[in-house]
Amino acid sequence: MESIIKVTHLTKVFKEVTAVNDLSFTVQQGDVYGFLGQNGAGKSTTIRMLLTLITPTEGDIEIFGYNLLRHRKEILRNTGAVIERPDLYKYLTAYETLELFAKMSGIRVSRQSLMEQLEMVGLAQRAGSKVRTYSQGMKQRLGLAVALVHNPQLIILDEPTNGLDPQGIADIRNLILMLSQKLQKTVLVSSHLLSEIEQIANRMLIIDRGSKLVEGTVSELFSPDDTVIYIETTDNNAAAQLLRSGEYSSSIITMEASGIELKLRKDQIPALTRLLVESKTDILGISARHSLEDYFLKITTANQHVEPFKN
Amino acid sequence: MWSLLKIELFKVFKRPRTYIAFIAVWAIVTLIQVAIYVDGAKYMDFVLKDVKDNFDVIGNPLNGYFVCFIILQTLLIHVPLLVALVSADMIAGEANMGTLRLLITKPISRTKLLLSKFFASAIYALILLIWIAILGLFVSMLVFGTDGLMNAKSYEIIILNGNDIFWRYICAFGYAAIALITVASLGFFFSIFAENSLGPIVATMSVIIVFTILTTLDIPLFQSVKHLFFTSHMIGWKGFFEMKLDADGVSIPGTIRNLPAVLKSAGILTLHIVLFTGAAIYIFKRKDVLS
Repeated sequence: MESIIKVTHLTKVFKEVTAVNDLSFTVQQGDVYGFLGQNGAGKSTTIRMLLTLITPTEGDIEIFGYNLLRHRKEILRNTGAVIERPDLYKYLTAYETLELFAKMSGIRVSRQSLMEQLEMVGLAQRAGSKVRTYSQGMKQRLGLAVALVHNPQLIILDEPTNGLDPQGIADIRNLILMLSQKLQKTVLVSSHLLSEIEQIANRMLIIDRGSKLVEGTVSELFSPDDTVIYIETTDNNAAAQLLRSGEYSSSIITMEASGIELKLRKDQIPALTRLLVESKTDILGISARHSLEDYFLKITTANQHVEPFKN
Repeated sequence: MWSLLKIELFKVFKRPRTYIAFIAVWAIVTLIQVAIYVDGAKYMDFVLKDVKDNFDVIGNPLNGYFVCFIILQTLLIHVPLLVALVSADMIAGEANMGTLRLLITKPISRTKLLLSKFFASAIYALILLIWIAILGLFVSMLVFGTDGLMNAKSYEIIILNGNDIFWRYICAFGYAAIALITVASLGFFFSIFAENSLGPIVATMSVIIVFTILTTLDIPLFQSVKHLFFTSHMIGWKGFFEMKLDADGVSIPGTIRNLPAVLKSAGILTLHIVLFTGAAIYIFKRKDVLS
C-alpha cells in the first residue's frame, strides 16, 4: 500500500523545550490514522510541521512521496486541514468563506459545487448567514468544508471535536467516517480522547512528551474482546480470595477494600457472576471499564495525573 | 497574485472597521469646510494680520485651493494613524482571529501571501487618499470656487496663480500616497510580530509620534540624524507649492523651487517602504506560526 505521509526522525526544539523528539511514523493511503496523546504531548506541533506552519529542527517529512519543504505548494494543493479551533472570518457568510478558500486553493468552483459542499456538512440552509452567528459545532463543520473545498486526497484534523457538545462530536465523527469510506480520503486525526479515535481510526499512534510510544492497528494495540470490569460486593475480601484461588487469578488487576478490578474476555463475565452468586457473595455492582482507555492512561505519563478520587 | 490581492481587498472592505477612517475623514473635512464657510473672513484676517497693512489682497483668497491646503496640513498628520488601523491589522488580525494558520496551509508561498496583504493595505491607503482628494479638493473647489493660492510661511508668502495650482495638487497627492504607504509598510512590519492588532497599531502610532517630535526638536544631537527619520520627509508634499525665484527674486510660475530635495525625500520614503516590507517578508518566511 502506498505511503501518504512518511515522517522520519522528526524533532522540534523551542528554545530549551523539545516538543517533538525523534518521531517517525507512516500513514498509508486510505487510513484513518489516529494521532493520540495527552495535552502537550506534541501532537499539534507535529501537525503544524506537516502543514508547514512550523519548521522542523531535524528530520524529514514526505507527503505523497515528495519532500514537504521542497514541494510545499504541490503537497498543500492536495491537502486539507482543520487546526484546533475552527477560526474563520466572522464577518463573512459560510458561502463567502468557502468561495474565498476555494480561490486561495487555486481552484474555480461553481455555486452549485459550493452549495453541495455546504450540504455535505449540513450547512446549506445557513449558507447566507454570517459565521459570527454560528454555534461552535457549525463552525467546526464549516471548517471541515473549507478543508475539503479543493477536494484534497489527504485531510489533517487537529483535535476536531474540541469544545463540541455530544451531537457535534457525533457529527464530526460521522463526517470523518464518510470521508474515509465514501470518498476514500486518507485522514490523519489527532485527539487526546481515545474514545473518539477508537471509533473511527483503523491505525493509531500514541505519543507522549514528543516521543512515540506505540503505533499499530487498533486490533494490534487492543483485543476488542477484552474488557476491564470493576466488581463491588458486600464482602470484597472474601470475593477476592475466591477469585484468586480459581481460574480468574490471572485476571485480577487490583484488589481493594472498595472493589476488585479484573481484565477478562466478555464471555467470561456470566460465569464469574454465577461463581460469586453461588458462593453467596452479594454483588452490589459490576461496571465495565475500557481497557484501551486504561492502556492509554497507563502508557502516557501515568505519574503526571491526579489520582482518581475514591471514598 | 492578482487573485490573492482581490481576496485581500475583499476581506479589507468587508470589515466594518475599514470604514471608520472614511467616516473620520469625511467628518474632519466637513467640519473644516463648514467652519471656513461660516467664519472664513475672520480666519483670513488672522492669517494676514501681519501683512495686511503692507499688501492689498485682491481676488478671493479664501478659495477651494486654500481650503484644501488647510485640510491637507491638518489631515496628513492624522491620516497615517488611520492607515495604521488597517495595515497593522493585516497579519496580527489574522493571527488573532486564528485564520493565519489556515492561510498558510493553502498552496501559496508566504512571500506572495505577504505581498498581497501589503498591496491591499497600500491600496486601502490610496483609496483613503482619493477620498481626501474628493472631499478636500474637489468639494472645496465646488463650494469655495478657485483662485490663486496664498502659501504663508514664517519668513515669506508665496502667491501661486490660479492656473498654476491644480497640477501641484496632483503632485502633492502623489507624494502623500508615498508617505502613507510608508506608514502602511511600518504598520505591516510590526504586524508580523504580534498576535493581536492593538500592539502593532500602538507601536506604529508611537513611532510616528516619537519621530515627529524628534524631527521638530532643534536639539543638536538629533540634527545630524533627523533627515534619516521617515517622518522628516512626510511633509515633503509642501515643496510642490514653492516656486523658483529668478535673479531679481521674482517667482517663476510652473516651477518647483527645490525639486531634487522633494525627489530625494520621496526616494527616502520609498526606501523605507522597501526596507519595512522586505524585512517583514524575510522574518515572516522563517517564522513559526504558533497562533
